[in-house]
Amino acid sequence: MLGRFPALAGADLDVDTGEIVLLSGPNGAGKTTLLRLCAGLLPLRAGHAEVLGVDLARDRKSARASLALVGHETFCYDDLTVAENLRFAARVSGHTDADADAALERVSLRRVADVTHSRLSHGQRRRLALAIALARRPRLLLLDEPHGGLDEHGRAILEDVVRAAPLQGCTVLLASHELDLARRLATREVQLVAGRVHAVPRVTSGAGAPA
Amino acid sequence: MTLVRDALLVAGKDLRIESRSRVALQQILPFGAIVVVLFAFALDADRALLSRAAPGLFWAAVLLAALLAVGRSFAVEEANRARDGLRLSGLDGGSVFLGKTAAIAVELFLLEVVLGILVVVLYDVALHDAMVLFCAALAATIGLAATGTVYGVLAGGLRARETLIPLLVLPAVTPVMLGGTRAFQAALDDAPGDAWPWVQLLTAFAVLAVAAGVLVFGPLLEEA
Repeated sequence: MLGRFPALAGADLDVDTGEIVLLSGPNGAGKTTLLRLCAGLLPLRAGHAEVLGVDLARDRKSARASLALVGHETFCYDDLTVAENLRFAARVSGHTDADADAALERVSLRRVADVTHSRLSHGQRRRLALAIALARRPRLLLLDEPHGGLDEHGRAILEDVVRAAPLQGCTVLLASHELDLARRLATREVQLVAGRVHAVPRVTSGAGAPA
Repeated sequence: MTLVRDALLVAGKDLRIESRSRVALQQILPFGAIVVVLFAFALDADRALLSRAAPGLFWAAVLLAALLAVGRSFAVEEANRARDGLRLSGLDGGSVFLGKTAAIAVELFLLEVVLGILVVVLYDVALHDAMVLFCAALAATIGLAATGTVYGVLAGGLRARETLIPLLVLPAVTPVMLGGTRAFQAALDDAPGDAWPWVQLLTAFAVLAVAAGVLVFGPLLEEA
């Protein structure tokens, strides 16, 4: 709810395993709300939502065990280093330091592993957030404006991660205003307008489609 | 065992943040020391009164500094929405509570040692029965940290948390102020027999605060 108004109304969306779905739509359409709802960070006030077979109205916490969200914020601690943030996130979600280290390599942040979060550039922070998501080895990856602040190298890393996700049985839900970049990755696009989902006819080839 | 392991992870994280940021060392500890010194200035003309009031003044200084420690503990969770990271991790609320309580308790205990030394030096107090002092301080610290952690998460998501935390915590920790003061007073008077009932009160309060915190922290973390 945004004040007295529902942020999402009539948002009807089914996503199959291994899909890469682009959520597009204007500012305030409800993209971030939908992603945070799927992540179990917002309570479901009405309707029905199931994520990875778990009813969010009944058990938001169970759904979280198998998903990861890269949001506008990094969920990191300013006074911890990159490696410490990553290892803490991995350990508390039941994963290992090896998972954290592999994720660090994947996003090319090894060079700044001992630098505190507060001293990272915006782009490096975005990559760290992506690494934290990867360290959780999610079955559902929720990405909210993931291209923001990334340089060419960072965008290439992001694209690699997203393209590889379905091969590992991971589904991706991606909200973005960088439509040209996002459409290159998506296998399907849906548009959110005023809290409602509209299917968008396929106009470009995505990761799951033939080139 | 998972509860303990996760609690240790959270406590270790919080203590590492504090050791690196030095907020506790450079702001909270000096604040507590300033309060102790101010009381000394205010009552210096009456040394006997200062000595007699030392236990109460000591715990008043600890409580005021504890408010900063609690606020700080939850401020680090609000920056970069780290709190959402904790929620996404799937950690049990009880383990987060125990971890944050333990970290605050360690900080407060160290603070009490330093403030205790200051009180002895500035207030002209002679210490007796160290065991009573230790047990009372331990129980009071755990109760204070647990209560602060519960109200800290309650106020954590609110814009007015800096002003709300004192309003919520101070009335709730009245038993700590009362029990700590009376137990210390009895110990300083070399009457440990009078102190133990107050130590028992502090212990009961700490147990209740920890038990309540384990139960309610998770839902509060979700909803606040």
